[in-house]
Amino acid sequence: MKIAVCIKAVPETDTRIRIAADGRSIDRTDVKFIISPYDEFALEEAVRLKEAKGGQVVAVSLGGDEVPNLLREALARGADEALHISGDGVAVDDPLCVGKTLAAALKTLTPDIVFFGKHGVGGDNQQVHAIVAEKLGWPQVTVVTKLEIGDGRLRAEREIEGGIEVVETPLPAVIGAQKGLNEPRYPKLQSIMQAKKKPLVIKTFADFGLTAAEVGPEAAGLMITALRLPPPRQAGRKITGDPAQQVGELMAALQNEVKVI
Amino acid sequence: MSAPRPAPKTTAAYPKGGSFLLEMVSPQDVFTPEDFNDEQRLIAKTTADFVNQEVLPNMEKLEEQYKTGDFSLTVNLLRKAADIGLLSGDIPAKYGGLELDKVCQMLVSEFISRSGGFSVSLGGHTGIGTWPITYFGTPEQKAYYLPKLGSGEWLAAYALSEPGSGSDALGARTKAVLNEEGTHYILNGTKMWISNAGFADIFIVFCKVDGEKFSAFIVHRDYPGVSTGKEENKMGIHSSSTRQLILENVPVPKENLLGEIGKGHLIAFNCLNLGRYKLGGGVVGGAKSILEHTAKYAMERKQFDRPIGSFGAIKYKIGEMVARIYATESMSYRTAGLIHNILADVDADDAERILKGIEEYAIECSIMKVYGSEMLGYVADEAVQTFGGYGYSEEYPVARAYRDARINRIFEGTNEINRLLIPGMLLKRGMRGELPIMQAVQNVLDELLAGPSFDEVEDTPLAKERKAIVDCKKIALLIAGAAVQKYGQKLSEEQEVLIAFSDIAMDVFAMESSYLRALKLHQGRLHEITTRDALAATQVFINDAVGRIELTARRILPTLSEGDNLRIQLAAVKRFSKYDLVDTVQLRRYLAERAFEVRGYPVFSI
Ligand SMILES: Cc1cc2nc3c(=O)[nH]c(=O)nc-3n(C[C@H](O)[C@H](O)[C@H](O)COP(=O)(O)OP(=O)(O)OC[C@H]3O[C@@H](n4cnc5c(N)ncnc54)[C@H](O)[C@@H]3O)c2cc1C
Ligand SMILES: Cc1cc2nc3c(=O)[nH]c(=O)nc-3n(C[C@H](O)[C@H](O)[C@H](O)COP(=O)(O)OP(=O)(O)OC[C@H]3O[C@@H](n4cnc5c(N)ncnc54)[C@H](O)[C@@H]3O)c2cc1C
Repeated sequence: MKIAVCIKAVPETDTRIRIAADGRSIDRTDVKFIISPYDEFALEEAVRLKEAKGGQVVAVSLGGDEVPNLLREALARGADEALHISGDGVAVDDPLCVGKTLAAALKTLTPDIVFFGKHGVGGDNQQVHAIVAEKLGWPQVTVVTKLEIGDGRLRAEREIEGGIEVVETPLPAVIGAQKGLNEPRYPKLQSIMQAKKKPLVIKTFADFGLTAAEVGPEAAGLMITALRLPPPRQAGRKITGDPAQQVGELMAALQNEVKVI
Repeated sequence: MSAPRPAPKTTAAYPKGGSFLLEMVSPQDVFTPEDFNDEQRLIAKTTADFVNQEVLPNMEKLEEQYKTGDFSLTVNLLRKAADIGLLSGDIPAKYGGLELDKVCQMLVSEFISRSGGFSVSLGGHTGIGTWPITYFGTPEQKAYYLPKLGSGEWLAAYALSEPGSGSDALGARTKAVLNEEGTHYILNGTKMWISNAGFADIFIVFCKVDGEKFSAFIVHRDYPGVSTGKEENKMGIHSSSTRQLILENVPVPKENLLGEIGKGHLIAFNCLNLGRYKLGGGVVGGAKSILEHTAKYAMERKQFDRPIGSFGAIKYKIGEMVARIYATESMSYRTAGLIHNILADVDADDAERILKGIEEYAIECSIMKVYGSEMLGYVADEAVQTFGGYGYSEEYPVARAYRDARINRIFEGTNEINRLLIPGMLLKRGMRGELPIMQAVQNVLDELLAGPSFDEVEDTPLAKERKAIVDCKKIALLIAGAAVQKYGQKLSEEQEVLIAFSDIAMDVFAMESSYLRALKLHQGRLHEITTRDALAATQVFINDAVGRIELTARRILPTLSEGDNLRIQLAAVKRFSKYDLVDTVQLRRYLAERAFEVRGYPVFSI
């Protein structure tokens, strides 16, 4: 089987984010990037599928110089080859442009199945895998918690409100991995050391026959105009005194400050 | 080392071991944690994941094993570690190993050491248990044992100490005599404090052939006459097995001799040296983990309606922890870089050159061992203090850390023995003409005669710290010169003097390693917060180290000199310890705040 998995570099989840001077992006000094946590489930599932059915896993990522490091990690975790699509000239903040670029790249890879995380932590757009499926004309299954691959078909369980939905689609298809799909393993030292011998190629959007008019800034339907941090949480306050005083103070606070009563 | 290239003809390109006392190097020439490559980082992450997911959840059970003597949990975890490659880092690829470079090995021991006593089991096996075969085994022995040791099929222990000989390891009484048939050596004796003895399949046993010639043998647990004592009732590292190894008329095939008869000391000392190297990484990991617990606790625990972390008394402790961890981390990885470079072209199976390369930096390894174990002791002690009464309870993690830390000052050569080794090795190198120590001492004396120079300190970052380091080296040399002058060959009997010198030399190495790393960051990554942290830690460390060095020098000089000579030397110490003191209260507060912010060690993370 030919298996593709798309991973996104996101700031480490406990990084203290600062807004850059332009007010529209994050300040990248001191920021460490990791594979988006849901993409780890996707990668693990791709590798397990290969282990069970044989085949090749190619890891794909679109972005800047934070990407190669994470693709090496994907290789260490069991991918066989890696494709870095340079973010230069691509409107990487616009899910549509990203989806178009990835779809064009995937078309050349001709996989039987493509894995994504259900969403990229940080941006939280939850759009890219759906756009890719649409552009490729393939079925997609999102928030997948269980997956079985049969002959040319897949059967997946999806987490829905209050229950589980079981669906079937033909292959090729696009999968959005949800937590619970598997328990990612950490890579062995042996595979970490083998990773540097595996191929990691870098390409640009033009290599897939795309133009700036299709995926560049001018094509972006969406543009981030401002980025703000949430207001700092206010310190809690302890209400003291005898029960009657406490009730009085609490009522006053709920009515006048929080204005819920 | 993965792709061995032809060996360079000379090692002149590498700084000589111990040369840090005589000259300055450029920051770009030292290795620092910021230089880890992606592969090294990933290996560290895997090690951390293994410890967090497999070992720590089992800690309580691991710590109880010694009560029943059943160490099957440790054995299972060691086999799991083997599966992901953690037991075969030092083993040549030819024998199924990974041939990790020496920097990577230090990183692995840094992250493994977060598993408390389990790391002693793992290190006892991969280190002192396996190295004797890797570096002194015949090709047949290596081919037979190393694949099994790397895969965890067999586990190893190292049996050097005896009830009557610890520091004086060569005083061992265990005896080996060749049988009449000439096929087996018959071993008799008792070994003491043998880590992993509860479950090891093979023991590297040191003994004297015919009661005279110090030698080492590979002894299998299932040979007739091999038994172990009961588990020792230890203060800490409860999750590691420690027992006597009892040998009663044990027939050991003569093919099991390691190295040559009468050359066992080479095996023993080289392995201890490597052990000190690994310990340098281990203490850094242990200390960072304690700091994480302490920073979190100090933020959460409230007294007087405030988190105790908001009090200066606690900030002082945390800030000092950060500064000391930073200094140790800087010198450990600096040494790792030195050893990595000297071995870069050496085949992983070329034992002789590997040992020679590591031996070159034996002084630095001893410093890392002593300094690192005492840094860990400080951090563990102040962690307990920060936890107050809860620190004294086994319900909280720092009590165990405090008990576990203590062994590091005792094994791998006690800190006294290592402190004595440092000047011993330096002077020996001086005598052999390998290090121009006496010339350097003479230069200091000439400078004194010439009177003070009033060079303006340049207005560049850390220029004042640089001058302090240059000057403190002069103090060390001054003491060395005065000591040799007074005692000559008999200096080895003057342990108080040797230890005072060692204390100064260690501080110099730590100061300089801190400084070089901060400067390198300043030159390359000016705007990053790491750089600010490193500068603050360096200043705190150097500010206090200069004071310590001055005090030690003033304390020991009256033993070495008298009259005018003494007066001149004391004046020189005063001149060389002149340093514009900095506001360390603010700097420590800053470091503590940073530790609270990241809930642990702020300067570096993988
Ligand atoms: C938990 C644990 C695990 C161990 N694991 C192993 C192991 O796996 N294999 C192994 O072979 N050994 C092991 N050891 C033994 C350890 O290496 C020795 O305990 C250590 O070398 C010290 O020897 P000793 O205990 O006999 O102390 P001693 O040598 O009696 O020392 C007592 C004190 O005297 C000082 N002293 C001794 N000689 C001198 C001197 N010449 N000058 C100045 N001061 C001196 C020492 O520094 C120390 O402070 C272990 C020990 C412990 C506690
Ligand atoms: C074995 C044992 C026996 C005991 N026996 C008794 C007993 O018989 N009776 C009894 O009443 N109590 C007893 N105690 C309690 C003991 O007195 C307290 O543990 C001690 O007073 C410290 O309080 P704490 O543990 O709450 O630590 P905390 O008060 O939380 O202190 C934690 C850390 O913060 C520091 N700190 C706290 N406040 C400040 C401040 N304002 N400024 C700077 N630093 C600060 C402390 O010095 C300490 O380092 C016992 C405790 C133990 C462990």
